[in-house]
Amino acid sequence: MRREAILDIAIFALLVLFALVAFATGQNFAVTIATKIAILALAGVGLNLALGYGGLVSFGHAAFFGIGGYVTAILASHAANYEPLAFGLPGTTQMLVIWPVAMIVAGIAGLVIGALSLGTSGVYFIMVTLAFAQMLYYLAVSWPAYGGEDGLSFYVRNSFPGVNTLAPVPFFAICASLLALALLVSACLTRSRFGLALQATRQNPMRTTATGIRPFPVRLVAFVISAMICGLAGSLYADLNRFVSPASMSWHMSGEIMVFVILGGVGRLAGPIAGAAVFIALEQLLGPVSDYWLGLVGVLLLLIVLFAPGGITGLILREKRHG
Amino acid sequence: MTLLIEQALNGLQYGMMLFVMAAGLTLIFGVMGLINLAHGSLYMVGAFACAAVAAATGSYWLGLVASLIAAAFVGALVERLVIRRLYTRDHLDQVLATFALILIFSEGTRWLFGSFPLYLSLPPALAGAVSLPGGVTYPVFRLVIIAVGALIALGLWLLIGRTRLGIRIRAGEADREMISALGVDIGALYTAVFALGAALAGMAGALVGTLQSVQVGMGEPVLILAFVTVVIGGIGSIKGAFIGALLVGITDTLGKALLPVLLQPVLGAGAGPVGAALASVLIYLLMAVVLIWRPQGLYGARA
Repeated sequence: MRREAILDIAIFALLVLFALVAFATGQNFAVTIATKIAILALAGVGLNLALGYGGLVSFGHAAFFGIGGYVTAILASHAANYEPLAFGLPGTTQMLVIWPVAMIVAGIAGLVIGALSLGTSGVYFIMVTLAFAQMLYYLAVSWPAYGGEDGLSFYVRNSFPGVNTLAPVPFFAICASLLALALLVSACLTRSRFGLALQATRQNPMRTTATGIRPFPVRLVAFVISAMICGLAGSLYADLNRFVSPASMSWHMSGEIMVFVILGGVGRLAGPIAGAAVFIALEQLLGPVSDYWLGLVGVLLLLIVLFAPGGITGLILREKRHG
Repeated sequence: MTLLIEQALNGLQYGMMLFVMAAGLTLIFGVMGLINLAHGSLYMVGAFACAAVAAATGSYWLGLVASLIAAAFVGALVERLVIRRLYTRDHLDQVLATFALILIFSEGTRWLFGSFPLYLSLPPALAGAVSLPGGVTYPVFRLVIIAVGALIALGLWLLIGRTRLGIRIRAGEADREMISALGVDIGALYTAVFALGAALAGMAGALVGTLQSVQVGMGEPVLILAFVTVVIGGIGSIKGAFIGALLVGITDTLGKALLPVLLQPVLGAGAGPVGAALASVLIYLLMAVVLIWRPQGLYGARA
């Protein structure tokens, strides 16, 4: 097995182990922390597909994360109030229904935003994705039907057949399984013909075109898949907090998802897990020490960008990046 | 009608401030190829410098001067310490490092000044309102902002087009190796351009901070609108930034004022919230339309 594959499995196993030890010692709060890490890592895995493998520096992935959250909260609150949605469709509290809907809506948003922004490249792409996410943010803020600026809360976590989702460990198991599934999908995708084409468009779009692969459709598909994974993560995050607010679509969130990916190591399979884990650990450890912990995270981030461009996994593997 | 004139002037004033922000952003991108998210932080630094100096000395004018100096100084310092290392990196590293700078600046400012907003009071010469032809009374200070924006546009046009520094800036944009081979100190030139952009952002922060309030995080909404402006106008083009800023400023202001009224006959009572929601996305729709029509922006060089 390649050293990187061993590291990927080790990082994921460490997260599960952390949750199990926390459960065994009765630290339910730490299980919730592990759940948060798994969910944010899932969003990072989604972004990594576009950003790491496709080289598409999207600064707007919080939009898809937020859309997933809003789909979840809207369906759940309609179900709780017995109000039908548009066209007389009922709301639902079944995760198995909510996830596909969240992913499809996020995917459609990804299709529209991707189609509009992939015509641009470089800095334009960064700014345009940021601007579209900001547009959805302001829409969420100014649309009063679903809470506007205050956000939307729902009182009971959505349900999954045969599992008590309100208990911390089963919910962690659901999130960690989905994270594992996403890692698997991501690993298979990047090894497939599509994944190789995607990485080729990052490395040299002109040469890729010369071999008969148009970059635009490949990039668009990667962008949509990436948006769908982020939508799923957003749905789980809304369920974790039983609350969604426009802040989940703000550009700080986009920046944070990006930080998970880069802190962990761009284009590394398990990079987002390591990145999200370190970020949340810093939040938990520095938060009580100083109100200004985000400033310290900023300093750390700056040092990593300037002096360790391969992120945490890059440091462990002692190489910048492959491919 | 008076409402329309008033809102159009507000839009113009907003556009002028956006231009002052966007000009620095587009200049820094055009010359150094750097995407600077921390531009909004420099805006905040300017506003806080103005508030602190105005409170200490009692003079608003000294505050304005301080905003320029502080932002330029902080800009130059950041350029020397951090930004300099990023020119040869890809955009991802630039985005991340300048995002880190935002976190550092925001938390640092919160640590120094606290989370509560500060308010600036205007000197008597700038306070009050004047009557304009057409029966509109309009605050003097907003007219001053429009004038300042116009003067900066003129000044930048002269600087870029008519001075030796401007020639060097344009040459740096075209070919950095060549002009450093011709004996221009490219490092000093970059620091100067960055400090110039920072000073403009700082002054915009001080002026807008006077209208609204001075607080941590004030730079972020403006930064994103400045990005939209730069995308619409075309990266690297000062003229594009000017046209883009006025388009964004006027569209946003008039949209917020008029859409709820215009939708009234169609939607009835629901027009208020729907109009407000629609108005808040109007400038992004404008950006999308411009991008479909001209992906490189109105005045951008073809990639």
